[in-house]
Amino acid sequence: MAEIRVENLHKAFAQFVAVRDSSFTVRDGDFFCLLGPSGCGKTTTLRMIAGLELPTSGRILLGGEDVTFKQASQRDIAFVFQLFALYPHMNVRANISYPLRCQGTPRDEVARRVEETAKILRITHLLDRSVSGLSSGDRQRVALGRAIVREPLAFMLDEPLGALDAEFRELMCGELRALHDRLKATTVYVTHDQLEAMSMADTIALMNNGVVEQLGPPQEIYDRPASMFAADFIGSPPMNLIPFRGRVAPGDKSVRLGEAAVAVPEAREGTEETELALGARPEHVRLTLDSPLRASVLDTEYLGTTQIVTLTTAQGTTLKARVASGIAARPGDQIGLAFRTEKLSLFHKASGRALRSALHEEAARG
Amino acid sequence: MAEVVLDGVSKRFGHTQAVAELRLRVADGEFLVLLGPTGAGKTTTLRLVAGLEAPDAGRVRMGDRDITAEPPSARDVAFVFQQYSLYPHLSVFDNLSLQLRSPARRLPEDQVRTRVVEIARLLHLEEKLDNRATELSGGQMQRVAIGRALVRRPSIYLMDEPLSSLDAKLRAEMRVELKRIQRELGATILYVTHDQTEAMTMASRIGVLEQGHLVQLGSPREIYEDPVNIHVATRLGSPSVNLVPRGLFPSLQAPETTVTIGVRTEHVRIRKSTTWDRAVGTKEETEGPNGSAVGRIRWVEHLGSQSHLHVTIANTEVVTLADPHSALAVGDEVEIEMLAPLFFDARGDRVGRS
Repeated sequence: MAEIRVENLHKAFAQFVAVRDSSFTVRDGDFFCLLGPSGCGKTTTLRMIAGLELPTSGRILLGGEDVTFKQASQRDIAFVFQLFALYPHMNVRANISYPLRCQGTPRDEVARRVEETAKILRITHLLDRSVSGLSSGDRQRVALGRAIVREPLAFMLDEPLGALDAEFRELMCGELRALHDRLKATTVYVTHDQLEAMSMADTIALMNNGVVEQLGPPQEIYDRPASMFAADFIGSPPMNLIPFRGRVAPGDKSVRLGEAAVAVPEAREGTEETELALGARPEHVRLTLDSPLRASVLDTEYLGTTQIVTLTTAQGTTLKARVASGIAARPGDQIGLAFRTEKLSLFHKASGRALRSALHEEAARG
Repeated sequence: MAEVVLDGVSKRFGHTQAVAELRLRVADGEFLVLLGPTGAGKTTTLRLVAGLEAPDAGRVRMGDRDITAEPPSARDVAFVFQQYSLYPHLSVFDNLSLQLRSPARRLPEDQVRTRVVEIARLLHLEEKLDNRATELSGGQMQRVAIGRALVRRPSIYLMDEPLSSLDAKLRAEMRVELKRIQRELGATILYVTHDQTEAMTMASRIGVLEQGHLVQLGSPREIYEDPVNIHVATRLGSPSVNLVPRGLFPSLQAPETTVTIGVRTEHVRIRKSTTWDRAVGTKEETEGPNGSAVGRIRWVEHLGSQSHLHVTIANTEVVTLADPHSALAVGDEVEIEMLAPLFFDARGDRVGRS
């Protein structure tokens, strides 16, 4: 297994820049997610690491070795695609053993490794079955088996669960992560589904327009989004972004939303008066009676333990609050809003960038 | 609008009993959601109400009218399908107005316009009326498809997983929209889905279907908090309810016939084990103090607003909720206590239900 280092990776297709000067390191044994919307460059990045695409400039190091211009077949990387192409005329065993047989691996070793792989994936009972009769989940396990059996330096997975239905996807997420914990293989996983990335990854690289917007552990990105894009893309419902006009000076501990002062983590950098946005996760919004920040309830969504309350403020901003399902809120109710101060973010609207505050020092302390 | 009653309706296809003696009353102005997996009989039920299938037994009534023998066109229902088939060469306005202009209705043109504009406003599509159907996003197309049903003002709307082809974000928005529209119109909706979040968040009442049978009918809260059997308990709640063998918690008070204990993730109390000196996680030794069981954290799943701790107790895994900044970590030995356990017998039925 190995570390993957990507240095100033750049890829242009004619006029279109798919990946713009990206640099990051995937640590040995890491479960690394490239996350972002369609067209953000995540798949192109993955394909360059795998050698299926050549970068316009930049370098890729696999286990310390420069593989930038090596062919895919020489990189010792296994790739699993969203549309798992199995050989329909072969049974499960033949499908899984195919990559080994292609390499001319001795027969008894092929047999041993296929059995081992099938055991890891818990599909031993399917080995002699035809692939055409398998459920989509089992087919995906066979596709994974074909990657695992090679014992490669790293795995590249391109939305491998995208074709499965929601209930099954959740199950497979757990399975994939458990598999990773057993194999400890460096894995780069591409997805547009933030929940998949949050639940499985050790590290997320959040991409947008060909650029890595933020890199870090899932909880870090969730708690301290570096940009409005990250704030909005991660979390369901996403972070509330409440626009206001104001100025911030280092040391400020509150901002003014209309008539109301809202306490925020102590600012470490300031701006001139400009368009800003206050960022609050739905679970950090509280409903109170006496806050000067007024809102009316538009809707409530019961989720069992919690409910999502959709609100609109006097300024016309729509917010979502996640509160205990025991709290009574009905459409039309007029209420006050309060926030969990130490969790709030501030963003500079024009650049989308988060303003540094005491929130970010909590990060340094861990 | 009117109430719709299914009175002992059955439908069989070959050897498959798709719907079995279904008794259901959709009240006027109600948003009733039928929830169940593929093959539970959800879509067949809708088709029986629409008249696209004829029941083998039972009656379908609308208001005080028996419509069992009436053809679909006479039933005054509107159907919204999963696949929104819009006319690609027509504008949004024309797609919405097509049914109103049909020879069967022949509404005056000014009334057609009034209604279409009104529905378009409700669906936030006013600015898109002149667009072609192909110039819309997926969410807009689906709203047009729903709008096409809304302009008609039938007695009941029948909706067959209308949101399932949308992406997660849009689906979340449309859930809120659809509920708002239903409320504003006072519409009667019979909606089927396999998505528990849709059912929980939109329904006035949920009917849980299993192999053609209506297993439980009630408000989302009733069904979540007081399920009649294991099947219903697992249908609602994310993460899914924990089901553990009774033997794992030997000193927990439980009715005699209990075989399985169910506990929602939010009702699992977890703390660092104080029984360091013992071999844990083995089959023999799971018992902790005060009716708790001892296990080990296998995996911490970060979801942002909260974390899920996956705890292995003997051979069983229990999922609990934790604060994202909880100090508990993989490998920690923990005691698990159940706060509001649900008890199920060998057949999976609830026992000791108050």
